[in-house]
Amino acid sequence: MSPDLAITLVYVGYALAVLLTFGAVLTWVERKQAALMSDRIGANRAYLRIPFTQVKLIWLGLFHGMADGLKLLLKEDFKPITYDKLGYALGPWLAFTPVVLVFAVIPFGGTLDPGRLFPGLADWFGGRTYPMQIAPLDAGLLVVFAFGGISIIGAMLAGWSSSNKFSMLGALRAGSQMISYELVMGLTVLGLILIYGTVDLTAIVQHQSGTVLGFLPAWGIVYQPFAAILFITAGIAENKRIPFDLPEAESELISGYFTEYSAMKQGMFMLSEFIEIAIIAALFTTLFLGGYNLPWLTDAGFVFPGGTAIALGHGWVVVIQLLTFLGKVFLLCSFQILIRWTLPRFRWDQLLSFAWRFLLPLSIANLVVTAVAVWALG
Amino acid sequence: MSSRKPYVRKRYWNEPEMGWYERAYFFEVWRGLRITGGVFLANLWKWMTGRKGALTAYYPEEIRADYAAHNRGKHILTQRPDGRPQCVACNMCATVCPAQCIEIDAAFDPDDPAHPKYPSRFEIDYSRCVFCGMCVEACPEDAIRMLKETPELPGFDRGRMWITQDELLNWQPRQDVAKPYPVTPARRPEGTP
Repeated sequence: MSPDLAITLVYVGYALAVLLTFGAVLTWVERKQAALMSDRIGANRAYLRIPFTQVKLIWLGLFHGMADGLKLLLKEDFKPITYDKLGYALGPWLAFTPVVLVFAVIPFGGTLDPGRLFPGLADWFGGRTYPMQIAPLDAGLLVVFAFGGISIIGAMLAGWSSSNKFSMLGALRAGSQMISYELVMGLTVLGLILIYGTVDLTAIVQHQSGTVLGFLPAWGIVYQPFAAILFITAGIAENKRIPFDLPEAESELISGYFTEYSAMKQGMFMLSEFIEIAIIAALFTTLFLGGYNLPWLTDAGFVFPGGTAIALGHGWVVVIQLLTFLGKVFLLCSFQILIRWTLPRFRWDQLLSFAWRFLLPLSIANLVVTAVAVWALG
Repeated sequence: MSSRKPYVRKRYWNEPEMGWYERAYFFEVWRGLRITGGVFLANLWKWMTGRKGALTAYYPEEIRADYAAHNRGKHILTQRPDGRPQCVACNMCATVCPAQCIEIDAAFDPDDPAHPKYPSRFEIDYSRCVFCGMCVEACPEDAIRMLKETPELPGFDRGRMWITQDELLNWQPRQDVAKPYPVTPARRPEGTP
């Protein structure tokens, strides 16, 4: 096994573990945060009992997610009589896979030097360093949007092949909504691409490692605060969550495009929704919050503006970068959940006019201003 | 030709009165997020500092604090000074009980000629009791009363929702307006009423 393959496998394992953990934990976070926001306690009854004892592990209701997952796995897998069995079976996978794949191009840490981390393996690695990213592609941001486009197909396919009017309406709504907001998302990100001059996510994050004006971290949100707001709005709309949950619209369409799905197939849609929260948070972190960068943290340790420096070993820097990225992602997930439990839903016509007549002109204006500023400031 | 007014579509919703500030959407969203986020952080801080950040009562573990002052939720049997129940097992409470949840087995006590009949078993099924208090009103001996407490109602088994005679008899009042008990309970001498 070559060292490249080993490192990539480790990255893939890390990414999958992180994403699935986020997917599982976010269901709990969503319940608990919603409860705290409305002066309630939240789910706190499921427990694990240590065998042969009366010790019940409740852990703030953390095991409700496990109970839900078990229930989804054990439920009857109901299948509607449909003319398109293949499409029906493919639907959840096409909705789930692209969401997870997006994480492949997101840098979740700085540069890893495994030779320094494990001196015993230094000869095998031969001094090679690896950016902490599964696929260090030059076209990183384009890949993100490509996969974002594929997940529309999953929702559409699920809706069309369910042979159910509710599903079909949900699919139509999902298609038009996701296409509209994909456009807004792309246009907002163009401003960043103009500033950084690259679509390589690693390079974008490295651009954000310094400081501006001496004290502000050089994060994208400092350069493009407007684009950050538009991006998170379009991101939540992409994810089809309240206030943009028209494709699922429980009060009108039962569950929208996945009405006819049950058991773990429905669980796949749920899980992909929760993972997409984390993905959007990770993208936002990468583009606007400096990714794994902490202010004044360099590869050698902290270097504060006053001249004081704290030297840190390579292992510590890697751990701090990983934790910084996860922490930012988690805070943004929490922020998205805050939005989901605060804002009421749009009407369908409001939703589309919000995209085309409000967000799109704003993002174009943002792009024009950015282009002029980049041209003027060189 | 015709002077009918042109058809105006009926509006089913109230027309919102919004200025540019509300129409800009962002500011109002920010205001809403500040309110909900503030509540969230305040409650989170309460939980993290060991206080309770919710209005909910943990039901079986916690008795809610806002029961009415006149709430009567638990039966007790009053006792004679010697600790035996005042009840003479006349079954009037069981007869009047609309939920038919009182069960009394009467027994004979030859040692107490004044009250030869006493309950050997006095149990109330709290899974059926409606807490109407009619048993208290029906009792000729002031033997059954209701306290302000609430019984420990929740359970997994109907059979365990009965209150037993032992539990009914563990009421130990310091003083009782209706009956000035002697301080030291002692068995009365024979023949006194």
